[in-house]
Order: sequence, then structure tokens, then C-alpha cells
Amino acid sequence: MSHETRRILALHGGLLVLLLGLQFVLPAYHHGNLARIMVLASYAIGYNILFGYTGLLSLGHALFFAAGMYGMGLTIQHAGFSPAPALLAGLLAGVAVSAGLAVLALRTSGVAFMIVTLMFAQAGYLSILYFGEYTRGDEGFVIQTTQRMLWGIDLSDPTNRYLAALLLFSVCLGLSLWLVRAPFGRVLVAIRENEERVRMLGYDTHAHKLGAMIVSGTISALAGAVYGLLFGYAGASFASVQYSIFPLLWVLLGGAGTVLGPFLGTLFMFYLIDLSSGLTTAYMLIAGVALVVLTLFAPQGLAGELRRRLWGWLP
Amino acid sequence: MTAAPLLSTRGLSKHFDGLQAVRDVDLDLAPGEVRALIGPNGAGKTTLVGMICGRIAPSAGRVTFDGADITALPAHKRIGLGMAYTFQITSVFPALPVRENLALAARRRLKGAAVQEAVRHALTRVGLPPDSAEQAAGNLSYGHQRLLELAMGLVQAPRLLILDEPTQGLSDSEIDGFKALIGELKGATTILLIEHNMSVVMDVADRVTVLNGGAVLAEGTPAEIHENAAVQAAYLGTG
Repeated sequence: MSHETRRILALHGGLLVLLLGLQFVLPAYHHGNLARIMVLASYAIGYNILFGYTGLLSLGHALFFAAGMYGMGLTIQHAGFSPAPALLAGLLAGVAVSAGLAVLALRTSGVAFMIVTLMFAQAGYLSILYFGEYTRGDEGFVIQTTQRMLWGIDLSDPTNRYLAALLLFSVCLGLSLWLVRAPFGRVLVAIRENEERVRMLGYDTHAHKLGAMIVSGTISALAGAVYGLLFGYAGASFASVQYSIFPLLWVLLGGAGTVLGPFLGTLFMFYLIDLSSGLTTAYMLIAGVALVVLTLFAPQGLAGELRRRLWGWLP
Repeated sequence: MTAAPLLSTRGLSKHFDGLQAVRDVDLDLAPGEVRALIGPNGAGKTTLVGMICGRIAPSAGRVTFDGADITALPAHKRIGLGMAYTFQITSVFPALPVRENLALAARRRLKGAAVQEAVRHALTRVGLPPDSAEQAAGNLSYGHQRLLELAMGLVQAPRLLILDEPTQGLSDSEIDGFKALIGELKGATTILLIEHNMSVVMDVADRVTVLNGGAVLAEGTPAEIHENAAVQAAYLGTG
């Protein structure tokens, strides 16, 4: 194992150990927040695979997040699934929806790709409203505590919920770290940098982008499924355009194309809004100014700046 | 020509709207041959090799590689068959280290430690300093980026290496190094070379094809081409 690999494993493993340690010391409020942040950061990790590493800007990831959430929620609600198969259903819904959208949307690129993904996500959102009889539309539906027992573990319990969120986050972080250092991930980065050159090195760039979008969408869907299960609710707002913009913001703030960026960005944004809304009702003004300042002075995001200034080896 | 050609084109043509960029080009490259493609600017050289390696779809004609018709194959599959293409306008991955640029090119055929070995070998072969491996490719000087581009072609160990103006922007000593390198590859690798530098063409090419106005004007050994009156009028000047 090279020196660099050891450093990378120490840093990312260290973060996971730190998060595990925080479980025992955090006050209830922040404990709950952090569980939520870890699940949302997993969503951002999925987004980062496509946006940060492959260079494809999607405005439709809420479709994947919601596919996972409803794949899980609807099977519990209407088919009487227990959480494990319901999570699997959410995951498979994510695979199917992201594969379908990838085949269609990757016929375009650039701005057209943004618009096509946005439109399909809107179509998904409207479908959830349209089938309100099953989905309860905007109002959504609650997944009862009794329906959230996974192998005898009560996921509505704060400690279990935190640990489940940490498990999901660890899996997504590890997967993302492995992927971007593997040959497949290296090709994705190269596609981001210069797609025509990659093609002329003999790589099937379309197949690679297709793969990236399916991995990205599936991680996002898994995060959506776990979010619904841990917090006991599925609603159409999670499919709205806002939830497509969030991961983009988180990833930009944290550092696009860095493994830690999605987590840092989600954490930063969550507490920025949390703290500023405690100060004033015009909290979006404070959040907005902070974002502008960050964009001006750290255009590559928090982890991106860290890589540029200190740790050139940061994956 | 004794051996069956590695690469053939028949009636290869390309028109962009009204402009006939390439007209009815028949080309045969024997295995191991170094072929130079020359002609004035706008003669259709880059368009012709673009159709050979699959970057540009031909309007008419066929391309055959190693006996198989590859006219309908997408570019990455042609590269997979053993072609390598280096760009006229340097096209490296500027944000990635030199080592990763080469590793990307090598990993399509190699795995594990063999990749790093091939990367080192390619660096030395084109004469890039070994300590440049960790630099971002975009920070290299223009001449060194050209050499990196060339190394990215070599590291693929291609059967047919297509070089689009490889010596443009190189210093005299680097050009000498390039000539020596082509000399080493000669016989083992078939090379199709677009080149403006006549000294390079005369020194390294086995045969020369002259394009003018999209069509083949002449073909022959460097000496024959040098003597050819039509070529002189069209290209070399009448001095």
C-alpha cells in the first residue's frame, strides 16, 4: 500500500470514526441533525459521481431520490413489505429509473442535458401528484413506527437511526472513494476533462457516461429510500425541483470532484440555514451572502480549496 | 506491393455542404511502412485521417483495416483494433498529471504494475524528463505537450500510428529525437504521418502521398516526390 493510499484511508476512515464517536457525545438536537446530514450527504455523494467526476450537470436528481423513497414507501404502504425488501425495491426503482433516463438524456449534452433531466424530473414530480390516490400527493404519507422495524431493530429510535445513517454514509463514501480511484472512475475524470481525447484513446465514452449515471442515480435512490425509512415520511416535495438543486449546491460548496466535498457541503449548508434562521426571519439573506462569499473566495468548494492549497493528494 | 496492406481506403470522400474536402482517395499502407501525407493547408489531410480513424464520417468510400471493412465502426472500436491517433492541436488532459495522461492511454490494454512500467518507458522514449511525470500536463511547455501527445500514442503500442503534425512547435534537437524515434519504430509499427517539415518527410518516410484540393496529386518515394514537377508547382514552390 502506497504512502498516499494510507493517508487517504486514514483521512476518510478517520471521519467515519469521528462520526461514530459523536454518536455518544452529541446533544439530542445535533445528534438528530447529523443523522439527517449523513443521509443527505449520501445523496450528494451520488450526485457528485455524475456532476463532480464525470462533468455532467443534471438538474433532475430529485427523480432518483424520489424513485428510491417511493419505491421503498409504496411497497411498505400498499404491498405490506418489511423494510429490508422495501429498501431493495427502492434501490431497484433507482436502477430502473436512472437507466431509463440515462438512455434518453445522454443523447444530449451540455445545456440540453440539464433541460432534459429537469423536464423528466418535473414529469416525475407531477406523476406523484397525479397518482395522489396511492402517493397522497403533496401531503405525503407517514411510515409508521411499527413498519420501520428492520430485523427487530427499531429505526425510529434516535441511536439506531444515527447508526443506520452512518452505515449508509460509510457505504456510499467507501464506494465513491473506491470508484474514483479505480480505472473506471479515472476514465470518468478524463471524460470530464476532455471527452474527445478519451474516445480517441479507444474508450467507449457513451458506455462510461451511462454507467456513471446509473451508479449516481442508484446511490441517490438508496439515500432517498433510507431517508424515508429513517424519518418515517414520503412526500412529493422530495421530488420537486428544489431537491434537484440541493445536491448541486452541496457539492459545489463542499467541492465538486472530491470524495469528502459532498459531506462538507451538506454539513455547511445545513448549519448555515439552521443557525441563520435562529437569528432572523430573513435567514435566506444571511445564507445567500455566505454562499456568495464562499463562491468568491473558494470557487472550488471547501474540499477543493483544501486540495489546492494543502493536500494535493486529496481524491 | 507484396504484403497485404494493413490499411486501405477506396474512393474515400467527404464534402461539407458545398465544399469537397476530400475526393476519391485510394490509399494503401503496407505493414511496417512509414507514410507521409503532405499537401498545402486546406488540402484535406486532417479530414482524410479523421475518416480513417473514425472521427469524421465519410460521405462516400470505404476504409479497410487488416482485411476488415471498418467504415461503419465508431472511433473507439477502431482504436481498439490497434490504431492510435495523436492530435494536431495538442489534446492532452491539462488538469491531470502527465503520469495519469499516459496511464489512461495504457490502461486500455494493460493492468496493474505493467501500466506504470509502460508509462515510464514511454516517457523516456520520447525524451520527456522523468520528473515531469507528476506535473499537471497543462503546466508543460508547448513542445513537451507535443511530446506527451506522441507518448500517449506510443504507449498504446498501436499497429497503426497516425500522427497529425507531430513536429509542429518542437525545437531542432527535439525534431532530431523524433526522427530517431520513428527510425526505431519503423518496420514494427505502421505510421501515417501528416507533416509540413520537409526535412522530416525526406528523412523518415518510405513513401509520400501528396494531397491537393482534397485529391491525391502524386504518390512515390521521397526522392520521386521531390523531383515531381506537379508537386513542386502545387506545394514546394518552383524555387
